[in-house]
Amino acid sequence: MSNLSVQDKVKISFSINGREIEGEAEPRKLLSDFIREDLGLTGTHVGCEHGVCGSCTVLYNGKAVRSCLMFAAQADGSEIQTVEGLAVNGQEHPLQTSFTECHGLQCGFCTPGILMSSVEMLNSGEEPTTQEIKEMLSGHLCRCTGYKGIIEAIEKVCKPNACKEGEN
Amino acid sequence: MSYIGKPLKRVEDARLVSGEGTYMDDLSPLPNIHHAAILRSPHAHAKIIQIHTEEAEKLPGVIGVVTGEQVAALTRPFPVGVRVPVKYYPIAVEKVRFVGEAVAVVIAKNRYIAEDALSLIKVEYKALDPVVHIEDALSEESTVLHEEVGSNIVNHRFFNYGNVEDAFKNADRVIRKKFHFPKVSATPVENYGVIANYTKSEDAYTIWANFHGPFTLHSVMTAALKVPSNRLRIITPKDIGGSYGIKSGVFPYMVLMGVVSRILGVPVKWTEDRQEHLSASSSGTDRVSWIEAAVKKDGTILGLKMKYADNVGGYIRAPEPASLYRTHSNATGAYRIKNLEVEAIAVVTNKSPTGLIRGYGGPQHYFPLERMMQIISEDLGLDVIEVIKKNLLTKEEFPYQTATGGIYDSGDYHKALNLALESIDYEGFKQKQKEAWKNGKYLGLGFACIVEPSGSNMGYITLALTPEERAKSLPKSGCSEGATVSIDPQGGITVRISTVPTGQGHETVTAQIVADALGVDPASIRVIAEMDTVTSPWSVASGSYSSRFAPIGSSAVYQAAQKVKNKLLEIAASQLNVPAEELVISDGKVSVKNDPEKGVSLKRAVGLAHWNPEGLPNGIEPGIHETAFYTLPVAKSPNEKDIVNGSVTYGFVFDAVQVEVDIETGEVKIIDYTTIHDAGKLLNPNIVEGQIMGGLAHGLGAAMYEELAYDERGQFLTGSFMDYLCPTATEIPKVTIKHIESPSPITPLGAKGLGEGNTMSAPVVLANAVTDALKPLHVSIDQLPLSPDRIWSKIHNKNTVKM
Repeated sequence: MSNLSVQDKVKISFSINGREIEGEAEPRKLLSDFIREDLGLTGTHVGCEHGVCGSCTVLYNGKAVRSCLMFAAQADGSEIQTVEGLAVNGQEHPLQTSFTECHGLQCGFCTPGILMSSVEMLNSGEEPTTQEIKEMLSGHLCRCTGYKGIIEAIEKVCKPNACKEGEN
Repeated sequence: MSYIGKPLKRVEDARLVSGEGTYMDDLSPLPNIHHAAILRSPHAHAKIIQIHTEEAEKLPGVIGVVTGEQVAALTRPFPVGVRVPVKYYPIAVEKVRFVGEAVAVVIAKNRYIAEDALSLIKVEYKALDPVVHIEDALSEESTVLHEEVGSNIVNHRFFNYGNVEDAFKNADRVIRKKFHFPKVSATPVENYGVIANYTKSEDAYTIWANFHGPFTLHSVMTAALKVPSNRLRIITPKDIGGSYGIKSGVFPYMVLMGVVSRILGVPVKWTEDRQEHLSASSSGTDRVSWIEAAVKKDGTILGLKMKYADNVGGYIRAPEPASLYRTHSNATGAYRIKNLEVEAIAVVTNKSPTGLIRGYGGPQHYFPLERMMQIISEDLGLDVIEVIKKNLLTKEEFPYQTATGGIYDSGDYHKALNLALESIDYEGFKQKQKEAWKNGKYLGLGFACIVEPSGSNMGYITLALTPEERAKSLPKSGCSEGATVSIDPQGGITVRISTVPTGQGHETVTAQIVADALGVDPASIRVIAEMDTVTSPWSVASGSYSSRFAPIGSSAVYQAAQKVKNKLLEIAASQLNVPAEELVISDGKVSVKNDPEKGVSLKRAVGLAHWNPEGLPNGIEPGIHETAFYTLPVAKSPNEKDIVNGSVTYGFVFDAVQVEVDIETGEVKIIDYTTIHDAGKLLNPNIVEGQIMGGLAHGLGAAMYEELAYDERGQFLTGSFMDYLCPTATEIPKVTIKHIESPSPITPLGAKGLGEGNTMSAPVVLANAVTDALKPLHVSIDQLPLSPDRIWSKIHNKNTVKM
């Protein structure tokens, strides 16, 4: 890699939402830009490009990562999942449904990133406390909702049997 | 069945949770779009000696570089509602006046190359002395930013209502204080975005942008571009990633990219990055307020003198200096104060220009006003609730006309206050607080009463001019908004709105309203919220600002739906041979009130208007396509005494907030935030709750964490989200929201706007709570944010933070 110049493109192949893709990109091209511009998957949003707002979060081999802090080339050989891959056979992911039911979004710009981090939390198999949900969410900025609906939406799916009262 | 008032799920959500939302950067409406990057000033104040663009232009992939001189040659400075000759172009011409100001635009085949080219541009500057603080700008000694103005004061007005002199003569006490409100933004998570295309054959600009109005700014843009108004077509994307007012400030970039497209002959796209957004987009004003209260011993406030100076940044940009006047009609808040003097000043300094932001002018205004209620009670040795109640308007006084001309349409402020006190157990708290102080714990309780104006009257902005200046031009009034309801030949209902939502769920509420009017399922209705200035039903006041959808936008939808309903009833009446007054519309059909078996399906009535116009009654036009424009008669232009009703409806918010302050660290912990709301009739409780929480989070951010900070040389210090701190989920306290409903008597649905109240209340209620907690230490909060270093310095009486 060290011998490449800015303009030399590198070949990249990875799986995105279960589909194998092959492409080329300059070594400096961000994964977020590659997903949006080259793959046309515009559900992944870019809000700060310095890893704070969390809008660009995708799953990289099952782990929630900021796609604006990775180069596309680093994704070579990996499995990436974006918000477009959450629904299966036209059926919404339970988190997508609960975000609607709990009014967990307004403008929706931050939502795909938050969904991806929430999916990672759900897939971990361990039931989080409300505080753990808030701490996970502290890696995301939402300026519309004040987070209340988001927390409720995640609780609804990630801790369906938990008593909401008295835990903070 | 009524859908209004029900917590319907939002129709917007399905696309937004699946990645099918369409935001500005997702658009590619034309072939051959090229990409812009903007070179920005590193200086707060400097002369531009020369710009060397040759190296940048040589870079492969670069189409060209445009500088201020070229832009100025093709445009006029933006008009603004004050008389001083400030020349504001969308890019620096000869001088830069804030860090982040655009200096050159590179257009290249992609953004990466455009940014590479920025580093090849060399600019020679001659640095000038900056002006950073409001009080420096007020001084005649300060360096003048705009030579043609000759001063840094760009607007200055005096107002006098009632008999202020007598009020101060008759006072038992006169209490004077000074406050400072910081410069904050609302930082929507989506940044600005523009695609612009100039077509030479038509001499016309088509500009896509996440711009949400006010569409008064359309005229500001066409003036700058020097084209007839129908030669600037503005199109908004289906989805806008939040704004809270901030995105109205994208308009200079719309003009800039339009001109760049014209110069370079290609469609251009620019997506702002976060550093650009924080340094150079838009923000609220910082404000210094001097306030004097004339009070009786029993807590009655006889009169107020308020002087405030807003910092509008390097240029005064429309709709500024409206921040000074947005709260003018509710300047005395929730209180019966008939004697008021106001001195309003706007200054320019070497900071970024300001504009609309959630709460617009309200947080700055209520900070001194509601701090004074606590200060007065302290001074007089009275309970703050007693002082509030003494002056608080009673239910019987509505509709209430304020000293400045505001007409509060409805309310029951005492009921809201009592509900809050019950909810928090006020008496119990006072006991607990005394105990805590004894144990070295600092608990405090703060209150704030906020009259929340919604639905701006276009006329209020002209308060920036004297009555004599206003008399020279067409008066401005009203708050017009349009909507179109149409039904196609197959019965499909489509609604077109011009309220340009940025996440507030207008599509959902529109569907609820039309569903009620036409007796159909809201899910069957298609709402088109994308604005297109050549096809949408819009007027000068259209757009998303001043919480105007609930009182005005929804009313336009309601009126358009009524027009369609009336037409369908007339068609059905002729078919059934029954007068229209005897018909009702529900469940997809029109039927006779007293004989429900007799009726005609909606589809049939609609079909007649399209497929068989010869069967229509006399005088009924074919087709179903009705537009309504709605305004309110209470939105009149200001009179010669500067009396104006600046908003159409006025809601109410009462906050009671409990905090604990750690005096070792200066850290504030919010224990409980109780907020009582009265926004009249609530259209959708889910959306109401979301709006309140969102507005509260903005107020909380401004109170505790956020500030666009500059150093003494005007260098910008908070260019990333690591420096500009927004509240995250872990910072949001427990919030209890309760409602009372005093329907507005002047809107068809009884609704008032909401969502800005807690943005206005949170900064001051937290300042009051912290002051209350630190009472034994005699600390009085007069500036924000309530960062630990500031509070610690106050407690330990160390001036480590300069004001």
